[in-house]
Amino acid sequence: MMGGHLNAFHLAYLANGAMWTVVLSAMAFLGGGVAAFLVALCRISPLRIVRVASGAVVQLVQGTPLLVILFLAYFGLPAIGFSVPPLLAAGASLTIYVGAFLGEVWRGAILAVPAPQWEAAECLALSRTQRLFQVILPQAVRIATPPTVGFLVQIIKSTSLASAIGFVELARAGQIINNSLLEPFLIYVIIACVYFALCYPISRWSRRLERSTGFARSARVAVP
Amino acid sequence: MTDPVVRLHEVHKSFGALKVLDGVSFDVHRGEVAALIGRSGSGKSTALRCIDRLERIDSGMITVCGHDVADPALKLRALRLDVGIVFQSYNLFPHLTVMQNIMLAPRSVKGLGRAEAVDLARGVLAKVGLADKADAYPEQLSGGQQQRAAIARSLAMQPKVMLFDEVTSALDPELTGEVLRVIEDLAAGGMTMIMVTHEMGFARHIASQVLFMHRGRVWEAGPPAIMSDPATPELRQFVGSELRR
Amino acid sequence: MELDFTTVLSRWPMLRDGALLTLELALIATTIGFAIGVACAVGRRGSVRWIAAACGFYVEAVRNTPFLVQIFLVYFGLSSLGLSLPAFTVALVALSINVGAYATEIMRAGFDAIPRGQIEAGECLGLSRLQVYWHVILLPAVERVYPSLTSQFVLLMLASSVTSQISTEELTAAANFIQSDTYRAFETYIVVAVFYVALSLLMRAGFWALGGAVFPRRRRLGTVI
Repeated sequence: MMGGHLNAFHLAYLANGAMWTVVLSAMAFLGGGVAAFLVALCRISPLRIVRVASGAVVQLVQGTPLLVILFLAYFGLPAIGFSVPPLLAAGASLTIYVGAFLGEVWRGAILAVPAPQWEAAECLALSRTQRLFQVILPQAVRIATPPTVGFLVQIIKSTSLASAIGFVELARAGQIINNSLLEPFLIYVIIACVYFALCYPISRWSRRLERSTGFARSARVAVP
Repeated sequence: MTDPVVRLHEVHKSFGALKVLDGVSFDVHRGEVAALIGRSGSGKSTALRCIDRLERIDSGMITVCGHDVADPALKLRALRLDVGIVFQSYNLFPHLTVMQNIMLAPRSVKGLGRAEAVDLARGVLAKVGLADKADAYPEQLSGGQQQRAAIARSLAMQPKVMLFDEVTSALDPELTGEVLRVIEDLAAGGMTMIMVTHEMGFARHIASQVLFMHRGRVWEAGPPAIMSDPATPELRQFVGSELRR
Repeated sequence: MELDFTTVLSRWPMLRDGALLTLELALIATTIGFAIGVACAVGRRGSVRWIAAACGFYVEAVRNTPFLVQIFLVYFGLSSLGLSLPAFTVALVALSINVGAYATEIMRAGFDAIPRGQIEAGECLGLSRLQVYWHVILLPAVERVYPSLTSQFVLLMLASSVTSQISTEELTAAANFIQSDTYRAFETYIVVAVFYVALSLLMRAGFWALGGAVFPRRRRLGTVI
C-alpha cells in the first residue's frame, strides 16, 4: 500500500481499525465490568481483611500506568514462559485497569445509597445477600449509571494504548498508513476526529444522565 | 432639616413581566431606623437591594449619602464604602476565619495596614460580643454568632448607613435575640439603618419609621404606632396574621 | 521460571533518572495545566461569547480524544510548523494541554459551587472585580476542588508514561530500554510499576502537605467547604 495520496483503501483500513477499537472497548467494558463488580463487592465486604486486601490491589492498579500493565502482559509474561497474543494481552490489561477504576466508582454508588435503606431491609429479615441484591443494588445502579457511561469514554480512549503492543486498532492503523503516506499531521487529525466522533456523543449522553438524575458529579473519574 | 441619608423617589422595577416595585418613595434621615415590613413578594427586599445597587432600577431616583444610585456612571465602590449590608444567609467567607473575614475589606479596599486592621476588627468584634471567636471559622459558629460576625464585618467598613435584609429569618427563635440585641445597640449608637424584618415586636420597639409595603408600593407609612392602629385594611390584616404566627 | 530482580535493579541509575524525569514532567505540566485550567474556567464563565466557546471547544476536544493521539498531533503539528523541539518539550506541551482541559472542568465545577450570595457580599464590601475573583471565588473554589485536582495531577503523572512513545527518556522509556537490554521484561515492568506506585504516593503526600500549608482551614478542621 505504498501510495502518495490518501485513498479509499486507506480509509477502509482506518475503518477496520476503528472497528477493532470498538471491539476492544466492548471487551474491556464487559470484562472490566465483571471485575469491577467483584472489586465493589470486596470493597464493601463485612470482612475487614477482604476490604483491606482489595483496597490495596485497587491502589496498586490505580498507581500504575495502563501502558506499563500492557507491557507487563505483552512483553513480561512471555519472558517468564507465558506467550500471549496482542488481543488477549490488551483485553486482559484493560479488564484489570477498568476493574480497578470502575470498581471504585461502583463502590461509591453503593455507599451513596442512604444507610436507612440497609436498616429497613434488615428489619424485614432479609439476608445480607438479599438486602444487597434486592434493595441496595437496584438503587445503586441508578446512581452509578451516569459515571459509568462517562467512563466508557475513558475506556475507548484507553484502547489506543494497545497500539503500543502492536495491536491494530484505530491509532495503530493510522501509524501504519502513515508509514506509506508520510502525512502524519493529516492522518492524526483524521484519527482524532474519529475518536471524537466515537466519544463525544457518549460524553453528551453521560452529562444528560447526570443532569436528569442530579447526582454523580462527584463520582466522575477522568483518565487522560 | 438636613437632606435625608437615603431617598427613594418613584422607584419602579420589574423582573420580566413581574412588577416588583411600583413607584416606591420614602426618605430615611440621619440616625433614623426604618423598618420595611410586608408579605413576602411585596417588594421590600428588592427595595433594599436597589439601595445598594445589587439590583438596577427601571425608573425613578435613589440617592444614598449623596450618591445618585440610578446613575449608570456611579462609582460602585464609593457607594459601598458608605453602605453596609447584612444578608439573611450571613454570607461569611467560609475559607477565612472571623478575623480574616472582617479584615479583608479594610485591608484590600481601604488599604489599611495589618496592625490597624487587627485593632479595627477587635473593636467591632467586641461590639457584637464575639471577641473570643476571632480565630474561629464560620462553620464553627452558631447561626446567631455567624450573623453577628457578618454585622461586625460590615461595621468594620464604618458605613454611614446599614441595611439589614431579614437577618434573623434563617435563625432558630432562641438565636434571634442575640442578633437583635446587637442591632439595638447600633440603633442606640445613632447608626442610620433600614431593616427588612418579620420581627413585628422588634420593629415596633426600635423603628423610628415603619414602612408597610404591599404590591410593590409603600402602602402605609408612619411611626410604629401605625401597627397598633392601621389606617388601611391591608396593614390591619397583615399585622393580624403576623400576630397569629 | 526463575525471577531475577538484581539484573534490573543494577540499572538503578537509569531507573532513577527516568523517575526523576517523570516527576519533572508531571510537576511542570501540573503547574502549567493548573494555570490553563483557571484561565479557561474563567473564560468559560465570562461574558465574551467567542472566548467561552473557544474554551468549551478546547475542553471537549481534549476530553474526547486519547492522549496518545494528542501527543502525536502536537509532535507532528509543531514539526510541520517548522519547529523541531526536543521530545521533552513536546511531551511537556502535550501533557499541559491535556491536563489543562481536565483542570478547566474541575475548576468550573468549583466556581459553580460558589453561592451567588458570596459574590454579592464581596461586592457590597467594596471589593473590586479582581479582588472578588481572587478572595471570594478562586481561593475557596480551589480549596473545595483540591482533592479532585490533585487526583487529576496524579493521573497526569501516570499518563506521562505515554510520552515514551515519542522517545522521551522518562521512566517507561527507561524500562523499555532495560528490558530489551537484559531480556528481563517481566521483572523490569514489575519494578517500574512499583516505581510508579511510589511516585503516586509521593505526589499524594506532597499535595497533602501543600494543601495543609495553603488551606489553614482545611488543616485545622479537616472538613470540606
